[in-house]
Parts: sequence; C-alpha cells; structure tokens
Amino acid sequence: MTQPVSPPRDSITDKVPQDRPSAWRGLLARTDVRTLSLLGVLAALILIGGITKPDEFLDTRNLQLVLTQASVIGVVTVGMTFVIVSGGIDLSVGAIVALASVWATTVATQEYGFAGILFTAVVVGVGCGLVNGVLIAYGAMVPFIATLAMLASARGLALQITDGKTQIVTVPSVLDLGERDAYVLGIPPLVLVFAVVTVIGWLVLNRTTFGRRTVAVGGNPEAARLAGIDVRRQRLYLYLLSGLCCGIAAFLLIVLSGSGQNTNGNLYELDAIAAAIIGGTLLTGGRGTITGSVLGVLIFTTITNIFALNNLQSDVQQIAKGAIIVAAVLVQRRTASTT
Amino acid sequence: MAPEPPLLSMSGITKSFPGVRALDGVDLDVLAGEVHCLLGQNGAGKSTLIKVLAGAHQPDTGEIRWRGEQVTLRSPIAAMRLGIATIYQELDLVEHLSVAENVHLGHEPTAAGFVVRGKAAKESTAALLKRLGHPEIDPARLVGELSAAQQQIVSMARALSHDVRLIVMDEPSAALDPDEVDNLFRIVGDLTAAGVAVVYISHRLEEIRRIGDRVTVLKDGRAVANGLPAKTTPTREVVALMTGRNVEYVFPDRPDSPPSGEPVLTVRGLSRAGEFEALDLEVRPGEIVGLAGLVGSGRSEILETVYGARKPTTGQVLVDGKPLKPGSVRAAVRAGLGLAPEERKAQALLMLESVTRNVSVSSMSRFSSGGWIDRGAELGAARSATRELSLRPDNPSVPVRTLSGGNQQKAVLARWLLRGCKVLLLDEPTRGVDVGARAELYAVVRRLADEGLAVLLVSSEVPEVLGLADRVLVLREGRVVHTAPARELDEHRVLDLVMEGSPAS
Repeated sequence: MTQPVSPPRDSITDKVPQDRPSAWRGLLARTDVRTLSLLGVLAALILIGGITKPDEFLDTRNLQLVLTQASVIGVVTVGMTFVIVSGGIDLSVGAIVALASVWATTVATQEYGFAGILFTAVVVGVGCGLVNGVLIAYGAMVPFIATLAMLASARGLALQITDGKTQIVTVPSVLDLGERDAYVLGIPPLVLVFAVVTVIGWLVLNRTTFGRRTVAVGGNPEAARLAGIDVRRQRLYLYLLSGLCCGIAAFLLIVLSGSGQNTNGNLYELDAIAAAIIGGTLLTGGRGTITGSVLGVLIFTTITNIFALNNLQSDVQQIAKGAIIVAAVLVQRRTASTT
Repeated sequence: MAPEPPLLSMSGITKSFPGVRALDGVDLDVLAGEVHCLLGQNGAGKSTLIKVLAGAHQPDTGEIRWRGEQVTLRSPIAAMRLGIATIYQELDLVEHLSVAENVHLGHEPTAAGFVVRGKAAKESTAALLKRLGHPEIDPARLVGELSAAQQQIVSMARALSHDVRLIVMDEPSAALDPDEVDNLFRIVGDLTAAGVAVVYISHRLEEIRRIGDRVTVLKDGRAVANGLPAKTTPTREVVALMTGRNVEYVFPDRPDSPPSGEPVLTVRGLSRAGEFEALDLEVRPGEIVGLAGLVGSGRSEILETVYGARKPTTGQVLVDGKPLKPGSVRAAVRAGLGLAPEERKAQALLMLESVTRNVSVSSMSRFSSGGWIDRGAELGAARSATRELSLRPDNPSVPVRTLSGGNQQKAVLARWLLRGCKVLLLDEPTRGVDVGARAELYAVVRRLADEGLAVLLVSSEVPEVLGLADRVLVLREGRVVHTAPARELDEHRVLDLVMEGSPAS
C-alpha cells in the first residue's frame, strides 16, 4: 500500500462492476450495516477515480494493479484480524515480512528454486510467530511489547542478512508469476492467493471451533478460561497464524518485486491495523470480520492509486488515511450505540 | 422553628444496568455530624448507591436533596464542589506522584494561575497528615512506596483538602491492622465532632456497633431498613435483614428419599492459605449441598478452587473417585464439572455473542468434525438446552446481553446442561436475578438434581441455602463449623453459627 503506483499507459475503458439489484438482493439482506457502509465508501472511491481519471483509473490493467498491490498487505491483514479479535496485537508483521523475504532470497536459498523460496518464507514467518506466541502465551508478556521486540530484532536480522543490499531473484519460475500478463485460472496469481487466504480466513473465523475460541478469548478471556478453553494455547496458535500470513505475504512480495529487501514491509503493521479497524474490528477484542478488514485494505489501496493517478503526493495520502480512520471509528461508534 | 433538614436526603433512587436493576427505589437520609452505616451483601447495591452519591453514576429516577435543596450530581466534580468526598475501597491514587501531589491533584496551590507552589502544597499536606495522626508520612514520598494503610490516610487527606461536609468510606478497615483501625475510628470521631457526616460501609458488624449512629440495610437494590439505631439494634436483626428474604419464595419439594449411591464429587482436606482450611465434603448424584456463610467465610473461593480456577495449598478434589489435576479448569471440565460463577458477566458470558454461542462454547467438539462447526446442529442443541430451561425469549440467536439476569443465568446453566456435566457448582445463583424470577430458577436447579446432577451451592442468602439444599455446611472464617440436613436447620440456628464470636446481643 505504500509503494508508488505507475499506471499502465494503454487505456481500454472497461465497465466497472455495477450493482445488479436482482442478484445482489439476497446477499445485501444478510449483510450488516457496517459492511454496507464500507462497500458504499469503496463505491464512492471508484466513482471518484472514474470521474477524475476515467481513462486511466478504470483501465483493466490499473484495476488489476490495485488488487495486486492489495494482495500483499491483504494477506497480512487477515492474520492481523485474527490476532486483534483475540484481544492481542502484532506489531512485528512488517518486520517479519522483511526478514522472511530476505531469508528466502539469499543465494543459498535460491539454489533450491521455487519450492526453496516458498518454503523458507513460510517457515521464517511461522518461526517468528512461534517466538511471539510463546513469549505472549506462556511468558505472560504483553503482546504490544513482545511483538515490538520482534519488530526490532527481525528488522535488524534482515539488515544483517542483506547488508542493506537488494537481493535479486534469479529463479525464472518465481519471476514468471510476477509478470504483468501472468494469469492462473484467468486471475493474476497474487490476487488469487489473496482471494484464497481471504476465503479460508473467513471460513476459519466463522465456521470453525478455532474461530469461536478466538472470539471467546478476545471477548472475555476469564469467561473463556472458566468455560474450559485453553486460552494460552489458543493465543500461541494465533501468533503462529499471523506469522504464517506474513510468510505468505513475503513470498507474494518476492514475486511482485523480483527481489528481497530488508526495507520490505515497512509500516505494514500500521496499515494492517488501520485496515482492520476501519473494517470494524474492535481493538479491545471479541469482534471483527474478515470481510470488513479486506474491504478496509481495498479502500486504502484504492485511495493510494487514485491519489497517485492524480499526482498527489504521499503526504496528502497519509493525511487522507488518518482522516478516514477517525471518520470510520466515529461512524462505527454511532451505529454501535444506536443498535 | 422548622427542624433542620438532613444534610443529605436521597429518595426513590433507581438505577438499572442492562439485565439488572441495581437500585430499586432507595431512600437514604444522612444528618450532619453522624456516622451513618450502610450494610448489605455483595451485590445488594451499596457500590451503585455510593457511586450515585459521588456523581459517578446518574440515577434513572429519584431525588437528591443537599441541605434541603434539590441538586443534580452530574459528575464527581459537582459532588466534590458540594462537599461530598468518597474514599473508594480500590484507592484512586496515582502511584507515581508524591503524597502532596496526590492530595492536591486537580486543585494545586498555584502562583500566577499555573505555576504549582510545591512548598505550599507540601506544607498543607503535612498539616493534614498530622491532623490524621500520621505525621510520619513524608509529603514528598511517592504514593506507590507507601503501605496500603498509609495510602488510605493519603486518600483521606485528599478528601479533607476540600471543604468537605460528607465523607463516604467504602470498607475503610478492610486493609488495616487493629491499631490502625483504632486510629481510623479516632479520625472518624474528630470529623463528626466537627460536624462532618460520614457514610461508613463495612461488613464488620462489631465496627458498626462501635462507631455507628444509624444503620441503613440494603438488599437486592432496596433499603430493607432505614436509619436503625446502630448501638441498640440486635445483631441478629441486622444480619437477618441482610441475609433474609423480603419475599416468601416457593422452594421446590425435596425428593422423598435422600439420594444414595456413591458420591460423584469428593473434596478431601482442601485448603488455601488465608481463605479456607481443611474442607471435606461429598456430593452424591441428585443431591444439592449448600454452603452457608457470611462474606469473608471463603464461600466463592471454595467453589473456584474445586473447579480448578484457583490452586489449592493442600488437599484433593475427586470426581467419581479419581483425583483431578489441581489448578486446572480444563481437567475439571473434562471430568464433568461446571461452574456458574458469581460474576456472570465478567466470568461466564461472552456479552457480544448470541445465546447460542454462549451455550455451545464448552461443547463445541460435539457438533464439529475436524474443527468444522455444523451450525445447524449447534443451533438445534442450543435451542433444546435453552428450551429445557424455559429460557426467554425462545430464540437462541439473540445477543446474550439483551437477556434479563435470570435468563442470562439460564444461558450459563444451559451451557453445562449441553455439555452433560455431572457436578454443577452454583455461586450465588440468584445474584442480579429479579426477585420474581428466582422461584423458577430454584425449580430448574431442583429438576436438574432430580435428573441425577450433583449440585454444590453457595449463597449469601441463608433462606436460599436452607430452601434449596438437601444438606448444608455452615462456614465461618474459612472453616466448616456445622453440617446438617437442611430440614434440621432454621435461619436463626444458621445465623447463630455464622456469627459465633461476634458480639452477642
């Protein structure tokens, strides 16, 4: 979300997916006000983009680019949502993405090819999550502090591995996935991964015992404990899950940029937390939705894209992001108090 | 000449929170220069009442008159401006500030409007501490370095640094040694001699007799006695007001033959340092065993230790003859124990969630395979469990927070019913439950016992224990002082047992 956007030049105006009332009615009836308002904001942004830069913004390539850029932070945000719903926080996600991306692109790792890179990225992510989880669940450390420590040390280790240099990926199968016209099942591969992670995340949070336990631990840890839930083990699993998402995101970033850098994932933790919050996740735990968080990511990524297309500087983008966070929380408090 | 109006007169105060009516038309008159004691069990409404008085809660209805004039206490500052100061049990001091800074917090002596005159603050603090009999406390020390008793003195100095007419003290003696209590009483005496009124909250009846002038007793959010003479009202009458019933409940019939069979729950020599000692008890299937005792007798601590939520110092808990791993809730739940805790909202319910999810949380494996929840089966199971307990409304999809206190309790019971637990531990089952809904809850508990459940019941209401339990263990200061079938006990006998050692009257 923080990378600059360079929209493609060739412009083919494509139709924006408009609301088709008949097909959507059933879905809308079951969607809550919060999700609807987020969809409304996203629609308004698409409208603004379409009006200000009709040729460039609505170009298929550009929309693909928006989704592709949303993929990396989106996968991180799915993991973050679980952690926040459980009443925790993970400040180390950006640093874990950086560490996993550089560890997976060292010369030694690249010798093992595609599988070596993917495997290393995931294992490093899960490993960092394990350290976080053990410190928080069994070492009784405050999540803010444990993950802040991980943020610092993972970034430091990433710098040590790269010595500040960009590690270029030379494995063709990895680079091919990042090509502009690479498609899997007709979808850009990164977007496909994002979609799969989102769907799995939604199912796990809403349809499994794991998801229920997560919500229970976040909503009332004492009640969860007295109901017979192993609160500590659940906390451990949640940080492992966040680490896993970071590992996947690191792999996506390697594919996207064709390299590994120790500056990767800079401020991802803030972007992911912000997306979860505007998506309606309570920072105190116990409530949150994957749908809301993913919409939050799409809103932020779209804003970044529109601003870049209109040649507005990143300082303006940052101010707009801040304003949106405040507005979203105020609106949610209003709707929460009236229901 | 018209008689002087009371310093404070509260009338018809009501205050409701979601699911519970904390205050239900309470009256309280406090005269200048008197020590007015406020008595009541946990949850009787004392804290809510003093928070209304301190301006921290706004009453739903009712009138507050201060020196004859109607007032609205919009905020703690408004109450303080009138001269009402509250010393809470949980001391509200800033640990990282000095004594003088705490005493003058919010009204620091200043020069030119904003420069704090530290020396003046220290001098006036030292004078206040001397007046309170503690000149040894250095106004420059950090509050976090002081003992609990000293912190309380600082809290009192803060109250006195305002022009105070009425001080509310919430269990001020709880953290004090006997000689510190004497000093506290001397201070209270000095204050009242100077015309300040004191509202004194304590569970210790002997203290109330020593320093109190009048007593108001709260129960279930109502004042069951107003302004009784503190020195001459018999202790038994006061305790009976606190623990007694103000409505005749219909208790369900006991089975004709006492339950036989092997005990499902056995507790042997269970102790926790400072809480309770050498507890032995047995509960058979179909039997309801009650623990009766006053606050501080270790009632709730016993249940939580049996359940594994606290680790015992010594002793064993056995279910079906097999010892449980001490201090493990999961082991207890797996062995078939279920707890309906005293603080339902804080300890049992997921307030943001539906009734279904609250009921299913302990039995998720029953309608899931490979972690995947069959939501149809879940809803069906929750519905049949809540229907069996006649939970209202008959729709388990509603959020649990919208339920009344009695129905929230039924949701907790449904959780354990669905789990198929063998031993139900009930801690104050009718706390926060409307008086009208209690009889139904009693019938539910008895029916569950008749179906073979073993029940261990704790209640601060003696008639509840006597009416519901088959067998009663009377506790005093963490020890069982008497065990008998409930039929052979009456309220007077139990009150005599729990009060043994307090001043007779």
